[in-house]
Amino acid sequence: MAIDTELLSAPPPAPAPEHLGDQRPPGRGVDRAFRILAFAGGLAVLVILVLIAYSTISKAWPAFQDEGLSYLTSDNWDPAHQAFGTLAFSFGTLVISLIALVVAVPVSIGIALFITEVAPKWMRRPVVTMIDLLAAVPSVVYGLWALLVLVPALPGFYQSWHDLFAGVPVLGTLFDGNPIAGKAFMTAGIVLAIMIIPIVTAVTRETFATVPQSQKDAALAMGATRWEMIRAAVFPHSRSGMTAGILIGLGRAMGETIAVALVIGSSPQITAKLFSSGDALPAVIVNQFGESTDTYQAALIGMGVVLFFLTLVIGMIARAILARSEKKLGAA
Amino acid sequence: MSVVGMGAPSRPSITRSNAGGWRSAKSAIATGLIIASLVIAMIPLVLIVGYVIVRGIDSISWTFLTEDIPILTRSDGPGMGPAVVGTLMITGAATVMAVPLGVLGGIYLNEYSARTVLGRFVRFLAEVMTGVPSIVMGLFIYSIWVLRFGVSGFAGALALGCLMLPVVIRTTEEMLKLVDADLRQSAYALGGRKAGTILRVVLPAAAPGIVSGALLAVARAAGETAPLLFTILTVNETNTNLFHGPNTTLSVQIFRNAQQVFPGPQERAWGAALTLIAIVFVFTLLSRGLSALFARKHRV
Repeated sequence: MAIDTELLSAPPPAPAPEHLGDQRPPGRGVDRAFRILAFAGGLAVLVILVLIAYSTISKAWPAFQDEGLSYLTSDNWDPAHQAFGTLAFSFGTLVISLIALVVAVPVSIGIALFITEVAPKWMRRPVVTMIDLLAAVPSVVYGLWALLVLVPALPGFYQSWHDLFAGVPVLGTLFDGNPIAGKAFMTAGIVLAIMIIPIVTAVTRETFATVPQSQKDAALAMGATRWEMIRAAVFPHSRSGMTAGILIGLGRAMGETIAVALVIGSSPQITAKLFSSGDALPAVIVNQFGESTDTYQAALIGMGVVLFFLTLVIGMIARAILARSEKKLGAA
Repeated sequence: MSVVGMGAPSRPSITRSNAGGWRSAKSAIATGLIIASLVIAMIPLVLIVGYVIVRGIDSISWTFLTEDIPILTRSDGPGMGPAVVGTLMITGAATVMAVPLGVLGGIYLNEYSARTVLGRFVRFLAEVMTGVPSIVMGLFIYSIWVLRFGVSGFAGALALGCLMLPVVIRTTEEMLKLVDADLRQSAYALGGRKAGTILRVVLPAAAPGIVSGALLAVARAAGETAPLLFTILTVNETNTNLFHGPNTTLSVQIFRNAQQVFPGPQERAWGAALTLIAIVFVFTLLSRGLSALFARKHRV
């Protein structure tokens, strides 16, 4: 195959193919039809995103209209009395996503470093496959395991953790409950952390892999240890990639629904005590959608709108950072 | 570039022992932490898969995979047949819709508009779309489809298809990028037209990679729950009509049964989880295997 190709492309460079195509009439219709078909495939993405925004906003409109700004700023959620303030749920989403990031980011960076800098060549593929499997475990299976195995075991653990830090100023408050429960912010955050490790690892690993070998060699040649080499050559080169990875992980954590719905406890409250039950936007949607009608349902769809735009903005920032750093690499 | 190894001796040091006790200790600690982070991530994987196998293996039997789901949720006994059929039907329908469209989209991005502004914009949107939460897709299909035409397996398939589409587009584009330019040139030199070249030469060359990406998308879709809950609802008997009436899947059954306090439904949840994980892992490993084959062929 390689030889054929060489023979064919060796003679003086062929004229631009498109130009050549234009000179010969037969098959032109097929060409054009296929081009349009392919264009439709690409356009589908744009159409779907616009339709998502339009259809969900229009269905959620009654709730937005009734509540006004207090839809976002009030924590009074009382469907029986037509009060739809979602602040407590946004708070929960923020808290569990932050816990997930605090746990998942160092671990993911560690795994990415392991794959790119530490592991012998033969080990890389199996490790990547393992991480892929971690990503392949369905959300609902994480939820099932967390609910039936983790949740019953946690209160005792949380209690001893609380006793350990009881006197410490900030940690004493964070590691407390209102009351301490197995279904809690912390539980949801830990499960989320496990679930976003694969994606954060994948993005950071890709940026680490683009660090020029010459820079790493240079650091090592100057007598740097492996860790000094990582700090001097790998990290400075990968800052934007790591930022993007963290943002993409944040987006995933915010939208993750099923596992959170099973372990967060479904009791909305705004508290700094992480061992208390709480609630989060996507969890409220799945847990309450079945019993909802009219404005109530509109308010739930409205949370979907909030989630959609939050994850859209976060995703756009992350992708823009990645695209910019790729361009810089290409230019260098 | 910042300077490394402040304490470096004036004469070049070659042996590792010259790195100094504290510096090499620090590096060793860092290496230890790096290895530890891999172990930390492996623990939940092993625990979860282990638990699902141990708890689910007793439930799995031919009857379990084919019987109807008990009408009374709290009762003991087997039955996940409708969910197995539903999972295969709904994921299959989503694949049939999303893969051809996604491959076309990938062709558009790589073959027709790789450097144009519109192409770059569409690629950006496809990447961003992979981050849209699955629950939002469920609400979207509910608003645009279910409110008009009612719940059905097809509505669920639409939601899953929307989730798969950007993944298929992106992997197709990546795989097409790997196809040698020489191959395209040869086809053109032989008088091939653009459409014919893409369909008969470029696409077959990239096929293993594209199939691998599609399999991964299928695996993810098969495990989704959130977008199905209010688009397909649930049933206890097998519904083979994709376009009419409520349906059910393994994932939805796990979600519903996990929340029951009785042993019967919990057993069924574990059994369903094992079935689902088996399906998802088979697809994921098939995909990894294919992509390894493809990578070797293209030396990437």
